[in-house]
Amino acid sequence: MIRASARGWSWRHAGRARHAVRDLDLDIAAGERVLLLGASGSGKSTLLQGLAGLLGGSEEGDESGRLLVDGAPPAERRSRIGMVLQNPDSQVILSRVGDDVAFGMENFNVERSAIWPRVRRALDAVGLSLPLRRDTARLSGGQQQRLALAGVLAMNPGLLLMDEPTANLDPAGVLEVRDAVAAAVERTGATLVVVEHRTEVWLPVVDRLIVLGEAGEILADGAPADVIDTEGERLTRAGVWVPGVEPPRPPRSGARGAALLRTHDLSVGYPSGGCTDIGDVEIVGGATTVVSGPNGSGKSALALTLGGLLPPRAGRVEAAAGFGPAADRREPIGWRSRELLTRIGSVFQNPEHQFLTGSVRDELACGPRALGSDATTIAELCDALLERLRLTGLAEANPYTLSGGEQRRLSVATILATQPELIVLDEPTFGQDRNTWAELVGLLAEIVAAGTGVVAVTHDLDFTEVLADRRIELS
Amino acid sequence: MTGAPTLNPVAKLAAALILALGLIFSVDWVSALTALVLEVGLLLVLRVPVRQMLVRGGVVLLAAALTAVTILLYGQPGGTVYWHFLLINVSDGSITLALATFLRVLAIALPSVLLFIDTDPTELADGLGQVLRLPARFVLGALAGLRLVGLLREDWQYLGFARRARGVADRGRLRRVAGQAFALLVFAVRRGSMLATAMEARGFGAYPTRTWARPSPFGGREIALILAAFVIVAAAIGVSVATGHWNFIGNL
Repeated sequence: MIRASARGWSWRHAGRARHAVRDLDLDIAAGERVLLLGASGSGKSTLLQGLAGLLGGSEEGDESGRLLVDGAPPAERRSRIGMVLQNPDSQVILSRVGDDVAFGMENFNVERSAIWPRVRRALDAVGLSLPLRRDTARLSGGQQQRLALAGVLAMNPGLLLMDEPTANLDPAGVLEVRDAVAAAVERTGATLVVVEHRTEVWLPVVDRLIVLGEAGEILADGAPADVIDTEGERLTRAGVWVPGVEPPRPPRSGARGAALLRTHDLSVGYPSGGCTDIGDVEIVGGATTVVSGPNGSGKSALALTLGGLLPPRAGRVEAAAGFGPAADRREPIGWRSRELLTRIGSVFQNPEHQFLTGSVRDELACGPRALGSDATTIAELCDALLERLRLTGLAEANPYTLSGGEQRRLSVATILATQPELIVLDEPTFGQDRNTWAELVGLLAEIVAAGTGVVAVTHDLDFTEVLADRRIELS
Repeated sequence: MTGAPTLNPVAKLAAALILALGLIFSVDWVSALTALVLEVGLLLVLRVPVRQMLVRGGVVLLAAALTAVTILLYGQPGGTVYWHFLLINVSDGSITLALATFLRVLAIALPSVLLFIDTDPTELADGLGQVLRLPARFVLGALAGLRLVGLLREDWQYLGFARRARGVADRGRLRRVAGQAFALLVFAVRRGSMLATAMEARGFGAYPTRTWARPSPFGGREIALILAAFVIVAAAIGVSVATGHWNFIGNL
């Protein structure tokens, strides 16, 4: 176990005007377990990467002051520092479970005879009892995160850094990973620094809470209970999920409308994958239908099928009379792309998959243009949407450069631009902080009240509790 | 699994390369046939299952036959012309050339396909790094990058769904595919840089040296395989020169 400290440390990413972290002074004692909180853009990730020695040299940004791990610059302590990142599928490096765990040790010149016993111990420590030759692509998100953790633990790190390790996992995966981390730090006594929005998950594991402000300054620092007591309100405003604070509840008004889609003996699935039986369900306007179920249960495939994007594997999806473009063309998969626009809008799990243009404004104008609206109408519509989703200042920005929360808002706005009668969303609140969450939920409540049908595939229990009018549970 | 799973993939790669290089310098049928017969013998010695040889060989056979038919119909005419129709000329010259090409494609492709197609990328990387001592940065970077192919296939699918959902999939197919390809490129760069960060976070490139968790044995069997490849090439060229059929790069 080792200590870490910052002495007047500042970092500014190359090409940015503002410092990500400024004049930070901080001491983390050996064996301490720290939860690092702060609004988006408060430099939490930058600090973590700095401590991991991953920020790079002067071409990556300007550094001043010092970061020290065990009394030396982090880059000289690389073999003692382990880091787990947010996205499970970008952390798996090799295609076999055993090889992936061994990778770090190879890099640090551990002898072959010592590697394999340590691989097995590390996999045991995170509760992954899998054959060493198992294909890593076939693991669930929670398993992949535990694999990444095993790869890090096998190197016996004295300092464990985790950047939102559970943000992209389903509730079961979140607990799997949290418990594996807790057991590991318990056993090894490693110092732990974790960044995460979902505070209540990590509070039982940590013994210190540090809150960073907008400019990377320390707002609060102390025992978790004390900090939550004194700073709870400010943290909530900054988008942190503080335990005990109820999720925001938008006003709901019932406007249940007519049926839009009906399925008959439907089975869904990707052409190359498995198949899930859905049977007969009805999707109605003016109501939120929440689809839930464990990973791999076919939720995303169902969303794509209802959205008219993926053909059913068996059975059919039929539009109610008057919803389709013609009486004899009832199945959405057979509609033209333009005919979908005003009928069914789809919002994907990863917003970046659905951006088509180089600016936020063009992105919003794209749908109305395809419908052939005139320029003035489009401009007015875009301005109204930009205003409503607080994106006005970013109208000319490239969608890829927006923050996660902004991208999510934009992806929903692009769909609203053509006013479809049904909107299908896949994990709309995944990895979002409380503020973006509240905005999204409020917006969806509003459009449902106006008569639009909403189908949301989600693991999010709060979302379900606040918005679900009807539920489809897959197993 | 191949019939020869214990052979180091580097040796298999070397053998396939030697055979291919040795056989591209002439287009006569004698050297190709000699090599082909000896190769089948070698594959049997290596215990490549006959069934596998037939199934995979069948695909190669089909490819070779298609090439041969093309040359038969359009190859440079010479000697007696048997059939003439528009651009088609079937003659003595084109028949000989078609037969020679057919055998040659088989002789070059068969060992590559049967020896190499099932090679595990991880084992190949281990071999390239430990036997050939290629830089680990290059070998492991490529190996890790290979895993991204599956993710990018998924990205491509979603990018296509998005175009339909956003109302732009009805017209301008060519332009749309170009845009989609560019978007995929953006994803590839991002995923690549995330992978690089993940690798760096586990100490990749932190030290100039590294250890290898998996051994990559290279012994007598591997050397024998490479020697066998040389012997086959030598025999093929020898027989061809001795019988007067050898012609250096298609000097018919």
